Amino acid sequence: MASVALQNLVKFYGKTQVLHGIDLTVADGEFIVLVGPSGCGKSTSLRIISGLEGATSGDVMIGERVVNNLEPKERDIAMVFQNYAIYPHMSVRRNIGFGLRTAKMSKADKTARVDEVARILSMTELLDRKPDQLSGGQRQRVAIGRAMVRDPAVFLFDEPLSNLDAQLRTQMRLEIKKLHQRVGNTIIFVTHDQVEAMTMADRIVIMKEGRIQQVGTPQEVFHLPANLFVARFIGAPEMNILKGHWRDGLVFLDGVAPFKSDVSSLLKSQPVLVGVRPDHLTVGGESPLFAGTVNVLEPLGSETLVYVTVNGTEVIAKASGRAPPAVGDVVSLSASAEDMHLFDETSGQRIT
Amino acid sequence: MAAGQSIKPVSDALLEVKRPPVPRSYGQYIRWLLLFSGGVLMVMPIAYMLSASFKYPFELYNLNLIPEEPTIENYTYVLEDGRFYQWFINSMVIAVITTISNVLFDSLVGYTLCKFRFPGRMFVFIAILSTLMIPTEMLIIPWYLMSKSFGWLDSYWGIMFPGLMTAFGTFLMKQFFETVPDDFIEAARIDGLNELQIWWTVAMPLVKPALAALAIFVFLGNWTAFIWPLIVTNDQSLYTLPIGLTTFSVEQQVEWELIMTGAALATIPTLIVFLIFQRYIIRGVVMAGLKG
Ligand SMILES: Nc1ncnc2c1ncn2[C@@H]1O[C@H](COP(=O)(O)OP(=O)(O)OP(=O)(O)O)[C@@H](O)[C@H]1O
Ligand SMILES: [Mg+2]
Repeated sequence: MASVALQNLVKFYGKTQVLHGIDLTVADGEFIVLVGPSGCGKSTSLRIISGLEGATSGDVMIGERVVNNLEPKERDIAMVFQNYAIYPHMSVRRNIGFGLRTAKMSKADKTARVDEVARILSMTELLDRKPDQLSGGQRQRVAIGRAMVRDPAVFLFDEPLSNLDAQLRTQMRLEIKKLHQRVGNTIIFVTHDQVEAMTMADRIVIMKEGRIQQVGTPQEVFHLPANLFVARFIGAPEMNILKGHWRDGLVFLDGVAPFKSDVSSLLKSQPVLVGVRPDHLTVGGESPLFAGTVNVLEPLGSETLVYVTVNGTEVIAKASGRAPPAVGDVVSLSASAEDMHLFDETSGQRIT
Repeated sequence: MAAGQSIKPVSDALLEVKRPPVPRSYGQYIRWLLLFSGGVLMVMPIAYMLSASFKYPFELYNLNLIPEEPTIENYTYVLEDGRFYQWFINSMVIAVITTISNVLFDSLVGYTLCKFRFPGRMFVFIAILSTLMIPTEMLIIPWYLMSKSFGWLDSYWGIMFPGLMTAFGTFLMKQFFETVPDDFIEAARIDGLNELQIWWTVAMPLVKPALAALAIFVFLGNWTAFIWPLIVTNDQSLYTLPIGLTTFSVEQQVEWELIMTGAALATIPTLIVFLIFQRYIIRGVVMAGLKG
């Protein structure tokens, strides 16, 4: 088991810069999820940690060692790939045991180790099958087993669940999380699915265009997004963003009574963007912010998403599942001050 | 039985389903005719070879396929002639070594060209490809001069060296390795295999169909090779089977029935090779380990 540290990682492919100085410290035993839109450099970062790819500059540390010049096999890591990459010509047992080929262990110990991993993943009956006799979820489990068998210091996962259907994905998500609680190895997990990130991570790293936008616990990135990008990326449906103006401790939104905001760092009067999540914008409530007309309803069962036009802008709010408003109703929407986020209009950074 | 009874009408109904009649146009007949004559053209020489090998010389120039007086004397003669075994062994050794060498080295080079990025890669690849454009006949003189100055005339090595690796095989293998996903190779790299082990334990099993095809091509090509072995050998004991068979013709007269017998015997190993390897060709295995 080991911590992982990335120090000012820069990666160029030819002339295009893919990583612009990544700094990240992962604690020993931590479950870190790298998340971001396609092409933001998640896989590249992971491959640099694994040693499959070299960084243009910067350091990778695993444990106490700088591993920049070490081969993947010398780094004490294991990786699970998006399309499993289990060998079709080998049985499950050989696939799982593959990582032990070069280990200095007796044959009996190796067999025992494979059996133990198979038991943990409840695959004991499948050990003699070939990959083409397995379902997608089982194949992915074999791939995880192959990574586990060496008991590496760090597990690297590159979108391991994205080829599974939604139901299986939810199930495997939980399994991996339980596995982590059980074995306790450091995990760095790449996904572009923010739900996966939120549900699995100890801390989430949100990336965009080769730069880290924010590192924080699921609570932090949800409740205190560092900038507009994070605010929009995390949480579904997306955060409502409204144009406003800050002056003397009050936020003015178009056509809405000003509300108090004790943001201390703002000195002068300036335009701001106001963000509020649909989850925090409720229909009715004691301190209504603004009112609007209901356009569309999306019942989700326990609650209903309400699309409301406020002054020409459409916002999404939540109403109860049992007694939602009707389309065409004029409703008032309320949110508490702590759930209102202010962002700088030009830089998109959070104003605190 | 009651259940059987009740099922019967259903299956009857199924059997009675009439296939729509295949529309038969003149074009269709012409196509069949062409294919049929093509088939006859290809099978005729083989049939004639087999039939001639069971004939006495007097009957040889009759084109009848069934000999009037069938005999196995030709076979006993050829098989009792010790030279036949010597040539057979020569051919076998040469074809087997060349096949193994091609399967190993063509795929090693093909793999390297396919999966590694290094300066000069394209240059090497194009250089290999360009040798495909030079006809073998043009190479025979340089090969001969080379063999002569290295003292390789009249040796197994002299017969084999031009074919130990082929540009075609390298190209074929490179193209097939393109179908092996990089994830497999990277996974093995992380599992701690060195590059040679990855090639052998991961990449090679995934291109078995291509290897089998290559093995068949190379084996057949070398088994039937004529011009180069003829030129490079003088010593009868180093003749390969095709060269040796022609010596049945030079003694007093052309003894076609013996040549045909030898040729018939010579096809047996090629049949065996084909039967062994063709089943690998049919199975494509690469995709099964990826997402399904
Ligand atoms: N071998 C390569 N050569 C050139 N550019 C590359 C190479 N590999 C990746 N890139 C580029 O680097 C950028 C980051 O790629 P990366 O694979 O890290 O993205 P990602 O975040 O994993 O995206 P995804 O969610 O689609 O997997 C992309 O713009 C990609 O086009
Ligand atoms: Mg990726």
